[in-house]
Amino acid sequence: MLSYIARRLAAGVVLLVAITTVAFLLLYAGGGNIARRIVGQSATEEVVARKAAELGLDKPLWEQYWNWLTGAVHGDFGRSWFSGETVVAGLTSRLAVTLALVCLTTLIAALLAVVLGVLAATRRGWIDKVVQFGSVLGFAIPGFLIALALVVVFSINLGWFRATGFIRPSDSVSGWLKSITLPVIALAVGSIASVAQQVRGAVLDALSRDYVRTLRSRGVPSRRVVYKHVLRNAGGPALAVLGVNFIGMLGGTVIVERMFLLPGLGQLAVNATTQADIPYVMGLVLATAVIVVVVNLVIDLAQAALNPRVRLS
Amino acid sequence: MSTVAVPAVPLEVLAEAPAGKVSLLRRLLRNPIGVTCLGYLVLLALVAVFGRLMAPQDPDRADPGNFLASPSAEHLMGTDSTGRDVLSRLLAATQISVAAALLATVIAVVLGVVTGLIAGYFGGWFDSISSWIAGLLMAMPGFVVLLAARAVIGPTVWMAMVVFGVLMAPGFFRLVYAAVTAVRNELYVDAARVAGLSDARIIGRHIMSVVRAPIIIQAAMAAGIAVAIQAGLDFLGLGDLGVASWGAMLNDGFAKIYNQPILMLWPSLAIALTCIALTLLANALRDELERAGAAPKRKKKAGAARDDGDVIIQAADVIVHGADAHSQALTGEVLLDVHHLRVGYDQPDGSVTEVVHGIDLRVHRGSIHGLIGESGSGKTQTAFAIMGLLPAGGRVLEGASIMFAGQELAGGSEALYRGILGKRIAYIPQEPMSNLDPSFTVGSQLTEPMRLALGLKRAQAKQRALDLLDRVGIPDPARTFAAYPHEISGGMAQRVLIAGAVSLDPQLLIADEPTTALDVTVQAEVLELIRDLQTELNLGVLLVTHNFGVVADLCDQVSVMQRGLIVEAGPVRAIFHDAQHPYTQSLLDAILDDAAPRGPLGADREEVAP
Amino acid sequence: MSNSLIDIKEVDVTYPAQGFGKKPFKALTSVSLDIRPGETVGLVGESGSGKTTLGRAVLGLAPVTAGVIDYGGRDIAHLGRRERRALASDIQVVFQDPYSSLNPSLTIEQILAEPLTARGVAGKTARTRVRDLLGQVALPADAAGRLPREFSGGQRQRIAIARALALDPKLIVCDEPVSALDLSTQAKVLDLFIDIQRRTGVAYLFISHDLAVVRHVSHRVAVMYHGEIVEAGDGDQVTAHPQHPYTQRLFMAAPVPDPDRQAKRRVERQRLLAAQAAAGQA
Repeated sequence: MLSYIARRLAAGVVLLVAITTVAFLLLYAGGGNIARRIVGQSATEEVVARKAAELGLDKPLWEQYWNWLTGAVHGDFGRSWFSGETVVAGLTSRLAVTLALVCLTTLIAALLAVVLGVLAATRRGWIDKVVQFGSVLGFAIPGFLIALALVVVFSINLGWFRATGFIRPSDSVSGWLKSITLPVIALAVGSIASVAQQVRGAVLDALSRDYVRTLRSRGVPSRRVVYKHVLRNAGGPALAVLGVNFIGMLGGTVIVERMFLLPGLGQLAVNATTQADIPYVMGLVLATAVIVVVVNLVIDLAQAALNPRVRLS
Repeated sequence: MSTVAVPAVPLEVLAEAPAGKVSLLRRLLRNPIGVTCLGYLVLLALVAVFGRLMAPQDPDRADPGNFLASPSAEHLMGTDSTGRDVLSRLLAATQISVAAALLATVIAVVLGVVTGLIAGYFGGWFDSISSWIAGLLMAMPGFVVLLAARAVIGPTVWMAMVVFGVLMAPGFFRLVYAAVTAVRNELYVDAARVAGLSDARIIGRHIMSVVRAPIIIQAAMAAGIAVAIQAGLDFLGLGDLGVASWGAMLNDGFAKIYNQPILMLWPSLAIALTCIALTLLANALRDELERAGAAPKRKKKAGAARDDGDVIIQAADVIVHGADAHSQALTGEVLLDVHHLRVGYDQPDGSVTEVVHGIDLRVHRGSIHGLIGESGSGKTQTAFAIMGLLPAGGRVLEGASIMFAGQELAGGSEALYRGILGKRIAYIPQEPMSNLDPSFTVGSQLTEPMRLALGLKRAQAKQRALDLLDRVGIPDPARTFAAYPHEISGGMAQRVLIAGAVSLDPQLLIADEPTTALDVTVQAEVLELIRDLQTELNLGVLLVTHNFGVVADLCDQVSVMQRGLIVEAGPVRAIFHDAQHPYTQSLLDAILDDAAPRGPLGADREEVAP
Repeated sequence: MSNSLIDIKEVDVTYPAQGFGKKPFKALTSVSLDIRPGETVGLVGESGSGKTTLGRAVLGLAPVTAGVIDYGGRDIAHLGRRERRALASDIQVVFQDPYSSLNPSLTIEQILAEPLTARGVAGKTARTRVRDLLGQVALPADAAGRLPREFSGGQRQRIAIARALALDPKLIVCDEPVSALDLSTQAKVLDLFIDIQRRTGVAYLFISHDLAVVRHVSHRVAVMYHGEIVEAGDGDQVTAHPQHPYTQRLFMAAPVPDPDRQAKRRVERQRLLAAQAAAGQA
């Protein structure tokens, strides 16, 4: 078990190095062009060259990479080319906002999706039809359109929630909850749709298994069969989808945060991207990659706990 | 659009993927949702091609004097923040949005399918490398990668869509890869290889025919996601805002959300409808595929339809043999008395398909009653009906009586059966492995019913389970108790199931082909075990089987079933030595055990020439 | 034996390790068997005995790691893909599962014409041949246009037999061809096999777990156990007077379809097991 985790983490580090290497090479390959984009099209060659030298862009690519890598190992990811803020400081404050949002959404989505999926699979009939149709719609409609609709209806027309402005939980928990209610809903719909669909399918599949009949033939009540045996067997595939959704949501927050003006990773990402603030973009790539590695490890461990056949080896 | 991952098409759909594209299209045209979606998409394609020509006004001409105008006769959808006609702009924007989505989809399909085919079919290093890259691409959140790419390549729609196409390719890679590796192990691919087909031909004929439809489904979903992603990029202002696209219009509208919220409505509708149409189309396609795949399966399961001519089902006279010396000596009290049992399955159209047509059956305490028949004869349905465990849609039809020890079970509720199942009627299934829950240890599956039904403490239940495992001949009960089902052999698993069946001291045992999945030598031991337990516990047994050897080994009484009816019943010796019904006789004639061996080559020369 | 059609000499089959750190799996150990033209050799064994692997080795679908499979004077155990394809007209196969051995999306005509067109037989000639093949396995000519799912298990197996016959092979490997079928269907399909053999002189390697089936169709019988052939000989000899302890146990384990004789056999089996245990035989 421990050696499995150690091996997975080692593989994760290899993955991180691979991703950052590729990202670095792609991002910095444009050397001079980056400097020109920063100082503007009208600047003279001399200004561009000075800017490039200031940012170290005139050095050979491998030397730049080596500098970045040695810095990164020591926890130094450089500074923003524009605000001068260190990347680490900028990322951590915003990461907290985004992770809180995504984790809360995942939790809510998981609970609702399991309830809906199990109800649809066990009751069938109209509940099933509603869940299935809702899942298709929820999956099909892009999250940012749902967010827009929520803003128009609940903020502008009804005035229940403020469309913009974030309140930190350290200032007011209820205020925080209120400020992220609409973003959470906007993010959750797609996730609930796909996870509920997966749970429904997995439960139906598990219900048709022979051991369900055999358990019932020994007098185990069908409700208990569903909640103990079927759900556990259906849990693996559902967890996998949940993991994919969690990672996908990291992308989804970009738009939602922009729309609701939440000071999260997404905001940062859009700004860094439009300004070509490469150190920040690198930091973002690395942060997401770390999250991906951790989430995948957690999901795999959870699946192994559920299913003895994938016991870690 | 919050996720880039494309939900995979379930593989069971692939396995049964039917016929050609043409018939699937035809079926889709008969599906109301499918035809609506197709209609919308055709319309969209026309607008994408001719949109600029259809536009009533120049989509790019700004009219600073008339900005944010509400819909009017002149501007059917109003004007935007710089006074451009929204309808004209929407028509023009369709071209860019559709083309962008198409570009990403085509790249994803081509890249994913080609690599998936090569990796899946030939394996080797290409497989390892491409699978690793696919995993890597799938792990990264696509939108973040797109943003990073945007930092390098700047605000161009097309490059962004090329990158996104690459990001979606692993979805197709996985789909094709899974299908190919599944199909590669199908016997018909082996047969094609033995038949001398080249690899290219096998891929083209056997593998593409299976993956084609799922690729179309996945492509529809991917196109929907690409539409959303492209709009999202432009909405964030990361695209080329000079170019009219749905996302750019949305961006313009969002800036004026308090002044003219209706501006957002038009591009939102276009995006939402397109995404919904694509997803619903994919779903309709999948439904049609599943329906086509499921049809013959259902037929096989119900077993009602057989190819050897239609037979009018009627409760014809059953040939019943009287008791002989052997059977008289054994007859104890009647435990189970089934009368006029009919089993039917509700069909979607409201009709009922009957699979058991009114049978009578009696099982005495201390004796074994064999129910023998070929596949589809309704013997297993009969067993399930007695236990109230028919699959969904199946039920005991009215007029039937299932008396068990003086209690009527026909049409009984789950609550009624809860007091009966396990404690009084127990069940031994056919397939040992699939009848154990793979996620729980053998021990926990054995003790759970004991603790529920007998109220035993954990330790007591464990002790009893260990004793039972020992009783059914498992060499190391403690180890098996702690093992998961996949860690024990099929023969062991069947013993575990037998232990579970007798764990609550039942009076009646219903065994459904209990040795069919086992090797002959294991079968002999399990038959021995069932006989010993039956004598020891004085059980009544209903033994469902298709094997006359098993009947001869165990049974006292036999009922022969054919097409949902019992055609002949009586003591075992009467059935073997004095069968009257032509069906029973034909079955007995088909037994090869007593046929003469063929003898060495050449010995049968004289048979050749008459 | 120079009059053999195919001569399998001391063949090993070892499957490479599945995954890192696992051992390769040796499925066959030094197996030798020969089949003469027009002969049926029955191969009996329980699951995991290697009987299917031997069939696949003959078909070129399993990795032969040692030994020789001599066919027509040359070793066919280590042929390249192209040379192997050329053997299609000599060695054919009928698999066990009538549901997965026919591609569900092709019509019967497409399935049957496949081996023919792969060898460049023109469309029209192929169609005529398909008609002829359907006749040989007693299926109606209008079956050609239908899909496999429209047929029962027994009929599908007839289609598979027709496909095997398409190129007039000298040997057909039959891997459990009747075990998925009902008793009465099974008897008819077996009779078809024997009938075809008498008409065409094809040889069968007939693999089955069912002793009665093997005895019925085989001229000679070989018994497999743990990847080895433990006993081989004329069918009536092996089945009536088995010599190897495993063969004896195997034959005693199959129940006879007669209550009184089976009661006797049960006693005999117990006696045999006791005697073998006392003698300490494996």
